[in-house]
Amino acid sequence: MRDFSYARPLSLEGAASAFAGGGEAAFIAGGHTLLPAIKSRLRMPDTLIDLAGVPGLTGVTLEGNRLWIGAMTTHAAVALEASAIPALMAMANVIGDQQVRNRGTLGGVIANNDPAADYPAALLALDAVVDTDRGSYAADDYFQGMFATALADGEIVTRVGFKVPLAATYAKFRHPASRYAIVGVFVARFADGVRVGVTGAGPGVFRWTDAEAALSSNFSGAALAGVLLDDGDLNTDIHASAEFRAHLAGVMLRQAVAEAG
Amino acid sequence: MQTQLTINGARQSREVAPATLLVELLRDELGLTGTHIGCDTSQCGACNVLLDGKSVKSCTILAVQADGTAITTIEGVASDDGLHPMQAAFREHHGLQCGFCTPGMVIAGLEIVRRHGPGVSAETIAHDLEGNLCRCTGYMNIVKAIHAGAKAMGEAAHA
Repeated sequence: MRDFSYARPLSLEGAASAFAGGGEAAFIAGGHTLLPAIKSRLRMPDTLIDLAGVPGLTGVTLEGNRLWIGAMTTHAAVALEASAIPALMAMANVIGDQQVRNRGTLGGVIANNDPAADYPAALLALDAVVDTDRGSYAADDYFQGMFATALADGEIVTRVGFKVPLAATYAKFRHPASRYAIVGVFVARFADGVRVGVTGAGPGVFRWTDAEAALSSNFSGAALAGVLLDDGDLNTDIHASAEFRAHLAGVMLRQAVAEAG
Repeated sequence: MQTQLTINGARQSREVAPATLLVELLRDELGLTGTHIGCDTSQCGACNVLLDGKSVKSCTILAVQADGTAITTIEGVASDDGLHPMQAAFREHHGLQCGFCTPGMVIAGLEIVRRHGPGVSAETIAHDLEGNLCRCTGYMNIVKAIHAGAKAMGEAAHA
């Protein structure tokens, strides 16, 4: 890899000032997206700022109706500790493989916002709030298309609060080698309606509003008759065509609803 | 930058460039070539090591990120008394052919026992090997080996 300098600050303020003085700087959490990107020279930072030394960024806490997860919490920890939302535990357990889950973090995933990552679908479906060192965003405002988020340059995700649903499920059709979602559908049912997040299918994560409307009036597979995803805005690549992804989204949605009961 | 790690029980202090991967430090600086580089894209698991007891892919961690941790490589698995029960099970059950993936498979086996205990089922083992690739065996004997190795570890712990 091309060389860079490395800092491991012990506070958010220290991280912010390292970023400001770091030239082309990047924060590193688990590094399981960033390091492959650096190896392939998609990213060429001058400075890497490791957030592992900043205290208070890990852990899972239930506060009222929200489950808060620290940005540096690994997928493996979420798979064990997020018991207030079993669907979130199950989702964390199908990210990558065990070795990846032992390192990869929630904050790293959503700061990067890969269009095939799993967490963004969960954040949208569970009406999450993203806290940063500068403020707070509703998930609906946070994700802004492929690799784009509401984060300003140098802004650090500190924790995410997921609204606890009555029931939820994540159904994922994953690529067998990369283990990213070809299509992943997260369905969450609340007292005041249903939210559906779709990842992998389009250029960025999105809510499937037709499915939400149908399921909000009747939470059953029968309510989904005729609910189809328009393939016009979906991705075509070497793994799957837009048409196939639209079909797959329908299959994943019905599977998720059947499992959520 | 100065990086201190405990590797296979011994304290090591090394000056490393920040862009050095943990696997490069292990192989090129410390001569611990049992940890293999297969895909270099965090898919194949040939570079698995234990970091503070948990399995990680050492091709996707910077050596400087591992500062202050304890690393166990395949060289640190056996004791003076002989092979670790997991290694012995790989030999007994023919869990390897060319051997390239084997260090990573043994480390993955230890992770499986850490997570699921010595009574882990063959089905769970097969699932949990999702991060390890083998191009010789077809996995059947690897699963058998980890199954037997896990059981032997349980017996050793209660002996």
